[in-house]
Amino acid sequence: MSKKSFRQAINEALRQEMQRDPRVVLIGEDIAGGQGGTAGIVDAWGGVLGVTKGLYTEFGAERVFDTPISEASYIGAAVGAAATGLRPVAELMFVDFVGSCLDQIMNQAAKFRYMFGGKARTPLVIRAMYGAGFNAAAQHSQALYPLFTHIPGLKVVVPSSPYEAKGLLIEAIRDDDPVIFLENKVMYDDEEDVPDEPYSIPFGEANLTREGDDVTIVAFGRMVNFANEAADRLEKDGISCTVIDPRTTSPLDAATILECVEDTGRLVIVDESSPRCNMATDVAALVAEEAFDALKAPIRRVGPPHTPVPFATVLEKLYLPDAARIESAVRSVMAYKKTKQDA
Amino acid sequence: MTDLITPITMPKFGLAMTEGKIAGWNIAPGAHVDAGQEIADIETTKITNGYESPAAGTLRRQIAEEGETLPVGALLGILAEPAVSDAEIDAFIAKFQADFSSDSATTTQAEHADPFMVNVGDLTLRVQEAGQGAETPLLFIHGFGGDLSNWMLNQTTLSATRRTIAFDLPGHGGSSKNVGEGKPATFAVTAAALLDKLDISKAHVVGHSLGGAIALELAKAFPQKVASLSLIAPAGLGRDINMAFIDGFITADRRKTLEPVLNYLVHDKTLISRKMIEDIIRFKRLDGAVLGLQNIAAACFPNGQQADDLRPVLVSFDGPAQIIWGADDEILSPNSAKDLPATIKVTLLPQTGHMPQLEKAADVNAAITAFID
Repeated sequence: MSKKSFRQAINEALRQEMQRDPRVVLIGEDIAGGQGGTAGIVDAWGGVLGVTKGLYTEFGAERVFDTPISEASYIGAAVGAAATGLRPVAELMFVDFVGSCLDQIMNQAAKFRYMFGGKARTPLVIRAMYGAGFNAAAQHSQALYPLFTHIPGLKVVVPSSPYEAKGLLIEAIRDDDPVIFLENKVMYDDEEDVPDEPYSIPFGEANLTREGDDVTIVAFGRMVNFANEAADRLEKDGISCTVIDPRTTSPLDAATILECVEDTGRLVIVDESSPRCNMATDVAALVAEEAFDALKAPIRRVGPPHTPVPFATVLEKLYLPDAARIESAVRSVMAYKKTKQDA
Repeated sequence: MTDLITPITMPKFGLAMTEGKIAGWNIAPGAHVDAGQEIADIETTKITNGYESPAAGTLRRQIAEEGETLPVGALLGILAEPAVSDAEIDAFIAKFQADFSSDSATTTQAEHADPFMVNVGDLTLRVQEAGQGAETPLLFIHGFGGDLSNWMLNQTTLSATRRTIAFDLPGHGGSSKNVGEGKPATFAVTAAALLDKLDISKAHVVGHSLGGAIALELAKAFPQKVASLSLIAPAGLGRDINMAFIDGFITADRRKTLEPVLNYLVHDKTLISRKMIEDIIRFKRLDGAVLGLQNIAAACFPNGQQADDLRPVLVSFDGPAQIIWGADDEILSPNSAKDLPATIKVTLLPQTGHMPQLEKAADVNAAITAFID
């Protein structure tokens, strides 16, 4: 066990699964070379942010495929490889680029098991960076996990820490269905204790990072850290929060969310993706339908405005939810009093 | 007058403990306390433990507030007789705080010993060493599903005059997940090989639960290596075992299902902390961990009963042997300590479950110290 960054945890998961299973291959833009590469040093960097560094050197060109800028073709190739016996991990670089290859994912990979009567397996992982806060502008900053969650046949993972990332990525690689694995680009240098050995975290099991009595906060990916920060501050004022990290948006651990809301009676959902038809609306609908009687206050959603992610630093900062906004949402549901008598 | 002032400082319960939180004061300022009286509850990341007063006196100051997290060695309060003036206490505090901030970093570093890996045959074992001295070394052997952190409240105390070794059994903690045949005798061979590797020819052996059975197998196969046996709630002396614990420990993979299983371990259920549950879940997620536990359970507890009867080994053991058992053990019954030769000292601890070394650490440490010194 040692401290590892989010980046190292993902790199280690890839390395250990490639060592364990020769069918695991990597394919993507710049995953061997990338920024900082010069002639003769193929593995100078390992992807735009260095996540796959060292894997080309260890496993060679037969298992680490560097591709041209051609999402439609290499994602398609990865889908085909998965359907015919390999276990590819494709890197889409920025998830925003999915527009160029959505058919391969949505109409092909996601549909095979269903359309072939359950007989087809598509053990494909697509890794991609998501999220604002990196000053990468509107085409490189979106949090598109709701888009994939919308499509039956895909599994969608949004890890919230280095420990979570390693275990969930190993689980993703061992899974026989197509998995979209989204890494918040701002978190690559976050560090925590991560076991050296391989381990896997099952999908569809939420993690409670805080347990409290007053308010349930459901947060996704990087927002889990902000929710924890808010919960710790609120704890000092006597407001105790449960923080739920669902880990995967598909499958979603609805049972844990409902149980916690039944305990606390109040719900705040923190989702950095665009606010229409996102995970916050999905969880709000779930709770409104299944746990309405438990609610002591309206459900509050904390998220960005319905705009493209702004490039200007000050605007981008305003755009993203933070601990202060979560804290004030929690205070608002705590302050809520029913004004009308129950009929 | 400063010799009449006793600082109460954040204790170091385990080797890995660097800070603790004041879960609550049990004594109000101005009250008299006896030495050994529990004056506060200290919460670490692993466990909440009562803090016993190092001396008698009046609690003149509570410096740490409830809920505050402080580094090991930080000033929590002041004990002094009523004759000591407030000015003297203020001066003492000022000097203490000035000294503490300047040398705390170095002391913490020197005392902190990280576990390290040792290769024994084709296995890699995670080992934690502490202490040195001329006295015969001491070896801790944990039980089913445990790891070396089970001795976090014991190893430091018992290391005052000797070298002590705690390690993760194969299949546990950070050690190799290959458990071989998974029987107590298998692990005894590993323990003996570890002693050889560490250049220890003979050791006092403290074994808990399944580790007690392993200690007995060690005494049977390598009697020359065992100076004494301290068996804590040991397996091997009876047939019955709470299989709801064993099976539940293997199958439960979520906090909600694991917590009731871990509750079997202790009399005071509040000792099972979030962190303890999380650590066990994380261990069980490691590749091969659950398989290893299954293999051990199948080898040691087939058909819901203990396979090995090691009573004859204990009865015929040449050296000193003692047994420590919690009266309220819900996993292995203390009745198994009955009808043993009178030369074997049996300590039964009231209001204590299956893990006396955690739940009644001070009593267990005292019993072991008195026994081996």
